[in-house]
Amino acid sequence: MSDHSVYLYAIGDAALADSHVLAETTGVEAVPVRTVVEGPLAAVVASVDRDRFSEQSIRARLEDLEWVEKLARTHHEVVDRVARNHPIAPVRMATVYLNDAGVRELLGDHRSELAATLDRVRGRSEWGVKGYAAPANEASAAELEASASDAPGTSYLMRRLAERDRAAHRRERVAEAAEKLHQEFAALAVDSRVYPPQDPRLTGRRQEMILNAAYLVDEAGAALLAERVNAATDDELRLELTGPWAPYSFTSLEES
Amino acid sequence: MTLAPTRADDVALVDLLDRLLAGGVVIAGDLTISLADVELVHISLRALISSVNKLMEQ
Repeated sequence: MSDHSVYLYAIGDAALADSHVLAETTGVEAVPVRTVVEGPLAAVVASVDRDRFSEQSIRARLEDLEWVEKLARTHHEVVDRVARNHPIAPVRMATVYLNDAGVRELLGDHRSELAATLDRVRGRSEWGVKGYAAPANEASAAELEASASDAPGTSYLMRRLAERDRAAHRRERVAEAAEKLHQEFAALAVDSRVYPPQDPRLTGRRQEMILNAAYLVDEAGAALLAERVNAATDDELRLELTGPWAPYSFTSLEES
Repeated sequence: MTLAPTRADDVALVDLLDRLLAGGVVIAGDLTISLADVELVHISLRALISSVNKLMEQ
């Protein structure tokens, strides 16, 4: 099979080889996924066309949004399906080996780090929390009233300055509240990770994203997190929970 | 706010890319796609998505 390369989705326990979930899953290019086993570990992989998944070809197609989205969604579907039934460490998108021997070597060479990573995520899942600040024109009624009752002689400029001041204060207050909540959520979690806020052009929302974080939690932690997120969301800071995610944010290997 | 689990096909691409481009086990495959290229993708995506949004607004 010299005309195929091996696309890597995730790494898990060797028991994955007997999983019925894998038997029913197809991945990129509609190719059924399979496992490559080495010692106590298994990699979830699929054979892909060597030319279409060459370094040059991937590089060129990374500029093609439609292709990237399709690859991202397919990669995620496989990872997500397996993660709902087995502890796994997802692998970064578009990791390709020339053959199974290369994958076995990887599993052998990084056996202890990979096993430690798997143990960390076992029985746990990742949840995302995004926090949005309410837009300025949804300022609280009290604030609007305050500006309306300004002395009639107050100049336009003064009013504008005061408005800007209030907006800055509100932004600061919301950021502080978000940071405090993040600390609180992180205390419920085994680990947490903060991502940069998403661009409003990508979220398609007018509200500014103030918090974009991921939390690794066990089942009890997940329930507590959902409860706290629900309770903490208010008019100024709107919180959204996403998940469960496969533990994408918590599987980077220690530098060895 | 929904507390129900997110279905795989409901996932926002932008949430997915946060994780797929910055998360996961990073191992040098036989083919190496450098992080610089990945950054490039994110930038192209931003540009593309904003142009798509503009088209849809028209």
